[in-house]
Amino acid sequence: MMEILPQLIVSGLAAGSLYALMALGMILIFKTTDVVNFAHGDMAMISSFVALTLMRGYHQPYWLAVLAAIAMGFVLGALADLILRPARNAPILTLLIATLGISLMLSALGGHFFGYQTVSFPYALVGKPFVIAGVILTRHNALALGVAAALGLGLFALLKYTSVGTAMRAMAQNRLAAQLMGVNVRRVSTLSWGLGAALGAVAGVLIAPVVFLDLNTMITVLIKAFAAAVLGGFTSLLGAVVGGLLLGVLENLVGGYLSTQLQTTFVFLLIIVMLAIRPRGLLGAPVAGRRA
Amino acid sequence: MRARWPWVLLLVALLALGPQFLKSYQVYLLSLAAVYALAALGLNLLTGYAGQISLGHAGFLAIGGYSAALLQVKLAWPLWASLPAAGLLTALLGLVLVIPALRLSEIYLAIATLGFGVAVEQLLPQWAWTGGHQGFSIPRPELFGLALNSDLAFYYLILAVGLALVWIAANAVRAPLGRAFVAIRDNELAAQALGISLARTKSYAFLLSAFYTGIAGALYANLVGYLNVSTFNLGLSILLLSMIAVGGLASIPGSLLGAAFLGLLPQVLSGFSAWVPQFIYGAALLLVVIFMPYGIWGFLLQTVGRGRGLMRSARRLFPGPRAESGSTGGDDHA
Repeated sequence: MMEILPQLIVSGLAAGSLYALMALGMILIFKTTDVVNFAHGDMAMISSFVALTLMRGYHQPYWLAVLAAIAMGFVLGALADLILRPARNAPILTLLIATLGISLMLSALGGHFFGYQTVSFPYALVGKPFVIAGVILTRHNALALGVAAALGLGLFALLKYTSVGTAMRAMAQNRLAAQLMGVNVRRVSTLSWGLGAALGAVAGVLIAPVVFLDLNTMITVLIKAFAAAVLGGFTSLLGAVVGGLLLGVLENLVGGYLSTQLQTTFVFLLIIVMLAIRPRGLLGAPVAGRRA
Repeated sequence: MRARWPWVLLLVALLALGPQFLKSYQVYLLSLAAVYALAALGLNLLTGYAGQISLGHAGFLAIGGYSAALLQVKLAWPLWASLPAAGLLTALLGLVLVIPALRLSEIYLAIATLGFGVAVEQLLPQWAWTGGHQGFSIPRPELFGLALNSDLAFYYLILAVGLALVWIAANAVRAPLGRAFVAIRDNELAAQALGISLARTKSYAFLLSAFYTGIAGALYANLVGYLNVSTFNLGLSILLLSMIAVGGLASIPGSLLGAAFLGLLPQVLSGFSAWVPQFIYGAALLLVVIFMPYGIWGFLLQTVGRGRGLMRSARRLFPGPRAESGSTGGDDHA
């Protein structure tokens, strides 16, 4: 039993890195605009389908299709921001329901334009897997880990060292004060939405080969990314990465050692136990009294 | 308060007499909407009034439905006993969620309750007597020797149970218990300072909410006559949450309106081709919450100029970081 442990962990990390990518996008949007984006999965679904159509229907190369998917993700995110702008001051739950409306609309459009069947999606890299100390790492998984790490670091650098990133962080702290300091809050909000959804699109095209692509697979991924983000603390980008990786590993360990039928139940039980110990997530802001 | 009575009486008369002129299938749809309304009311007591968000209420519906059906089919309990028993059983299981709710709030509680819903959905088919993933069918019951197999007869049962529960809820939210719900929602610390026990109030909120939703589940089982776990998925939990957000948080008429609107809309749209109804449904959801951020009921109250109280309570519920920073809103339109 123990010899499969390293393998389960490595595969879990690869899956988890994609949850982390999806969660990063959600948290970026949440931090700057206070919207929990339930349409994140459907945005990734539409973007992935766009990539697939370019590859299958128009015989475009993989890299071009992925670029188109990223662009599509950006456009969908920016559009959602424009649509939600009139409701900016609504309660958080209301905004969440609004993104659910967007999710249903995107799903309907997806069904109309791309059909209701489940389709396979090409891997970015095929070929002999890497074998390190008896642990198999497929090329696709290696790429997923690499891309997630690169984008995570890139996002961190963007937030830390660029003026746009500083504006985003300022908005996350206090929208009004950021605006008074000359931040164009509308543009930064649209940009955050676009970037967040584009990250989701990248996650989408990397997950699609593993789970196959149809109207609903990305929703399952979204729920896991959402759980990962909450586990990590929901306001912390590093938390999203930690939460995503942890969730991927937990899922594999439960599936490998406990039960595949009740996998999700056990994973959620573990998440609830961890949240009971740290009620604001692993890396979330500590509970300093009760905010009114 | 007194001025409200004529309207309530008019509505009850309409609900009682209207279905006489409807087709059997339309009565069935109305009954289904009423069951949703009851479940939405249960969720609103918890989420709207007590501020405890739940993404797992489909789990309560499932528990209510399955326990009522099993009591009737396997143990041959009559309806008058199985219906409240299902509600009580669901309420007791609802207490499970109090444990995370004492530590978690907002989005963190949402994930914990989502986990509860997923667990119910995965655990129920594990037991042989639930019929596994095939599900099982339940005959329409009788009440005191009166057969309820026509859709109209069963509608009246749902209406009677529903009206009683709405009446209880309307009183409960104005009783000390309901005030305690609102108090812990608005500020846990201040509520405690007033001598309100968090543990007890949250327990009552979950008990009451699960009881209502369990009764709705039991009525659902007998109305539809067939149970399958896949019905009670996350989508249903989200639908219930949408209903109270669309109708109006912390509002009893809002729960009923939201359930009627979202429950009947798919039927109205069923004439269109495959993707159109879903698109319109999504667009309707989006438009309602964008242009009526405090729900249909909040909008109605606002238009007659009495909405301030509801709006204030809705704004206090789930306040964003904006509320902390003291910004008054609309700041980027300057």
